[in-house]
Amino acid sequence: MNNISIVLVAIVAAAAGYFGSTMMKNDAPAPAAVKTETASVEATLNAVKAKGFVQCGVSQGLPGFSNADDAGNWTGIDVDVCRGVAAAVFGDASKVKYTPLSSKQRFTALASGEIDVLSRNTTWTMTRDTQLGLNFAGVNYYDGQGFLVPTKLGIKSALEMDGANVCSQTGTTTELNVTDFFRENGMKFNLVAFEEADAVVAAYDSGRCDVYTTDRSGLAAQRTKLANPDAHMVLPEIISKEPLGPVVRQGDDQWFNIVRWTLNAMINAEEMGITSANAKSMANDNNPAIKRLLGTEGTFGAELGLSNDWALNIISQVGNYGESYEAHVGPNTPLKLGRGVNALWSQGGILYAAPVR
Amino acid sequence: MSALINDARFRNIGFQVLIIGALVFSVWWLMDNTLTNLENRGKSLGFGFLVQTAGFEISDTLGTWLFDYEVGVSSYTDIYFIGITNTLLIAVLGIVFASIIGFTVGIMRLSNNFVLKYFATVYVEVIRNVPLLLQLFFWYFAVLGILPGARSQMEVLGGLGGLNITGLYLPAPVFQAGFGLVFFAFIASLILSYGIAKFSKKKQDETGLGLKVAVIVPVLIISITGITYVLMGGPLDWTFPEFKNTGPVFKRGFQSDSGMVLVPEMIAVLLALTLYTAGFIAEIVRAGILAVSKGQTEAAYSVGLRPGITLRLIVIPQAMRIIIPPLTSQYLNLTKNSSLAVAIAYPELVSVFAGTALNQVGKEIEMIFMVMSTYLVISLITSFFMNWFNARVKIVER
Repeated sequence: MNNISIVLVAIVAAAAGYFGSTMMKNDAPAPAAVKTETASVEATLNAVKAKGFVQCGVSQGLPGFSNADDAGNWTGIDVDVCRGVAAAVFGDASKVKYTPLSSKQRFTALASGEIDVLSRNTTWTMTRDTQLGLNFAGVNYYDGQGFLVPTKLGIKSALEMDGANVCSQTGTTTELNVTDFFRENGMKFNLVAFEEADAVVAAYDSGRCDVYTTDRSGLAAQRTKLANPDAHMVLPEIISKEPLGPVVRQGDDQWFNIVRWTLNAMINAEEMGITSANAKSMANDNNPAIKRLLGTEGTFGAELGLSNDWALNIISQVGNYGESYEAHVGPNTPLKLGRGVNALWSQGGILYAAPVR
Repeated sequence: MSALINDARFRNIGFQVLIIGALVFSVWWLMDNTLTNLENRGKSLGFGFLVQTAGFEISDTLGTWLFDYEVGVSSYTDIYFIGITNTLLIAVLGIVFASIIGFTVGIMRLSNNFVLKYFATVYVEVIRNVPLLLQLFFWYFAVLGILPGARSQMEVLGGLGGLNITGLYLPAPVFQAGFGLVFFAFIASLILSYGIAKFSKKKQDETGLGLKVAVIVPVLIISITGITYVLMGGPLDWTFPEFKNTGPVFKRGFQSDSGMVLVPEMIAVLLALTLYTAGFIAEIVRAGILAVSKGQTEAAYSVGLRPGITLRLIVIPQAMRIIIPPLTSQYLNLTKNSSLAVAIAYPELVSVFAGTALNQVGKEIEMIFMVMSTYLVISLITSFFMNWFNARVKIVER
């Protein structure tokens, strides 16, 4: 080897040594609370205002949650959360740009700053909340994992699935949950895990696997893509808790509050009977709670770093939670999902938003 | 000072020092930046995750069989090795089959037979111009589309094996005590055959008459291995795939613990990769053969050699030194292209380690670094071997 090669190898070795020693030092996960200077994390609100739009991470096409039509317009309940944030920040719900992400890319895209908020039917788990440097800003859909089987197999319960071939998407809590379920019940199965949801659906439709598993809302959505949607049934068992919600980066409390309270505003609005049609006229209602929400009383908007009509903009341009639900995943849509546990707490569900006061 | 700059030696060394300094600085800056950003986002670096147990299931493949994969017991290190095994399986089989098909198609394209030439041309042009991912999806869903369902079968090997949409089921060998000796006998017979081939060539160079190697070698290998096998009492058992037609729905079809299964994902990946790379290899082979001067072929014909022998003994040895360097690139491409298998659920290294495991663990930089280094090592070994082979087949010109 000539001299330059020796020198270059020495440089690479030194670099590896430096890198390695730092990693040895940091082998235990660093406690996130140690960071006292939050100024080092760029304030997302300022960056978003400078850009002029919210960069929203969404799925690659899940009907009802985030799906683009053939003109490129995105709709869905996750899309509505992002539009709500844009309405709160800019007063204009259309100031959003969408980045479709696979389940493998989604957290890296958020952590690296490529997107401002991830609204992609993402399950809130402890690992994701603590180990990835991210925070979940709330739950916009309480879901659970279920199974879809062809009706002609005659299976009535998930406990009859010993020996099944199961298709799922890779890199999600789905794989872990289905493995746990089969282990608990002493059953065997073969897992076929694809990267893209469309490939999973195509493989299930072709008969490669007998069972398709994902969140029940996903099952309802993907069933619409099958060749013969009515020839399949969702089994009654729900094998996990899947609270789906928007995610933001750790270390930026102001942006976290904005996303959280956007969702809360939409839920509170449904509770108080404020819809996109009557929001403007309800601003002068006698009810003080409504006045506080819509900004006629108090300075709640300013405390978020936004204008006082932040919630009024959200509700008049995007709608309340119920409107969003009915329009995209409700019983009158192809997904046909009833409110179930996603109804308001006062109507038998568990949707309960903290009050604006 | 100007005297220094005018001195060529000083300039040379000075520039080298400057460039090395810039290189060191940029590497240091990149790493420092990365570490600072990671700290700010609350993430840490470390390889401690490798001993944690994994909580997800992996498809039945060579890797899971070799490493006895069990959920909740195997660690991420096992998953790493399972991924490498599956990648290497695809890479080795792919390289072998792609070379065979590529050489055949390349020579076909040069033949005088119109049908062969036309077929080879169409094959090469279509295969080279369609993206590999699309070809992969095509073969996967085409294969899935024509196979019988999970609860029926198409018999193979006269009923010993079967084929359906969940895989190709074949009898699996079960090695018993004493098989090691049979294996050694096989290796010994190979070495002996190699020795005999060399001896025969030497004898042919000296006297013009060699031994009939094509007959002696197979007879030798089979007899030595066979005799050892019989002497050891036949230490090889077979388990056959079991097919059930009755019982609960999911228990029907092929039973999972019987025989050996080749999942359709692996078959599709192999098909797509082999055909794709063979298209490129065909063109490389054709280029190599065309590069041998026509005078060689004419001289061979004038001496009375038939076209087949001319091709085998005169043209191809000279073409090899042109074929081998680009061929190395195609082998490396095949190895790296196997990472596309994640799109159709084949659990090779990228799919299972830099995909599923990465999503569960979250340590992107460490895991991607591991995967990149692995591919680098595999590629370096392949090109090292190919360069050695190239040096061996180089023609020494006078």
